[in-house]
Amino acid sequence: MVDVVIFFFLLGLFARLVGSDLRLPEALYETLSIYLLLAIGIKGGIELSQQPLLALVPEVAGVVVLSFLIPIILYPILRLMRFDWADSASIGAHFGSVSVVTFAVVTAALIRADISYEQHAPLWVAVMEAPGLIAGVMLARLGGRDSREGSGVEAVSTGAGGNTWGSLLHDVVFGKSVLLLLGGLVIGAVAGVDGTAPIKAVFIDPFKGVLALFLLELGLVAGARLAEVKRFGWQVVVIGVAVPLALSLLGTLLGLMLDLSVGGVAIMATLAASASYIAAPTAMRIAVPEANAGLSITISLGIVFPFNVVLGIPIYIWLAQRLAG
Amino acid sequence: MRLDKHARTLLVIIAESTLEKRLVQDVQRLGAQGYTVTDVRGGGHSGVREGAWEADRTIRMEVVCDEKVADEIGEYVLNQYAKHFGVTIFFTPVQVLRPNKF
Repeated sequence: MVDVVIFFFLLGLFARLVGSDLRLPEALYETLSIYLLLAIGIKGGIELSQQPLLALVPEVAGVVVLSFLIPIILYPILRLMRFDWADSASIGAHFGSVSVVTFAVVTAALIRADISYEQHAPLWVAVMEAPGLIAGVMLARLGGRDSREGSGVEAVSTGAGGNTWGSLLHDVVFGKSVLLLLGGLVIGAVAGVDGTAPIKAVFIDPFKGVLALFLLELGLVAGARLAEVKRFGWQVVVIGVAVPLALSLLGTLLGLMLDLSVGGVAIMATLAASASYIAAPTAMRIAVPEANAGLSITISLGIVFPFNVVLGIPIYIWLAQRLAG
Repeated sequence: MRLDKHARTLLVIIAESTLEKRLVQDVQRLGAQGYTVTDVRGGGHSGVREGAWEADRTIRMEVVCDEKVADEIGEYVLNQYAKHFGVTIFFTPVQVLRPNKF
């Protein structure tokens, strides 16, 4: 049985594809995304308060390495598929970073299937936002330099100036995704179970309803991107389906190496397979303006996200049950 | 009574909202004394931008200033961003009441 929140996503997708006038106010979208990020953080933080933090070091190191490696692995493959250096780096960065809503959907699926998982998993999400973006920008720098040397063209100013690294790091670490996730984790960890009891009725209990509403909105947005697929051709569909499946195996492997629970392995697979559509597009737009933003977004939001929430997550959970059970 | 009006230029820049922070710094550095930014949506050469989520937002920045400053800002924005970003720039003559503000 499909999780009920998926139906909301499909409804949004349907509304968009049939040209409905349904449109959620932007302020609501913003509110819902802030709520989800904080709520996910707080829930993970409550769990962190009951754990020795040092024990988490291997996990944190593992996810940093994984998300840093993803763009580096994808770059040569995308180049072989004839994407230029900027697009290859940008698509890689989108995959290296993560989708928080995909994470919320996999945890909802695990809870429903009564599969336990590491409750501090939001920490992995927060840590995985940045490394992939940094790797993507590094690849773009190297690729851009090579292509300019090769073509004999003078170095073109991208308008980013010399302080790109500083401003990129600032934008990622203090951008709303990481700020609210980490902020929520700290609030949850410091306040603990008792401290967060008064806000439980807002931040814990209605979570799934809010997630459903947010998925309705994401269905609308993804539907708009889906219409763009035609413009970019069959390759984006292949990338959007094959890459998540392949990366989920890497995530599964990391989960097994870290000796995580069945649910933890499924989450790790999902995080590896997910592609960012909030932090990555914004960061890449500024850091690698040469890349076609529409291409990366169409892949991450038009194909990878729907694929993961509808088909991918059940596959990743099934695989985790076979291998980690 | 006739109001004492002074000629200035209204410079309008419509751009992807990821550029907002940098545009604000740019126009101030190049001599604008103030600016107004609104969220907008629309379509054109770079496709349709509905402003439904983070990477799909567009801003309209208005700056009232001397013609010379407006030209400098326009030229800078065109050279710096127009190659890779969706940017629209236009100028309109306007009249203001307090010239020292602009």
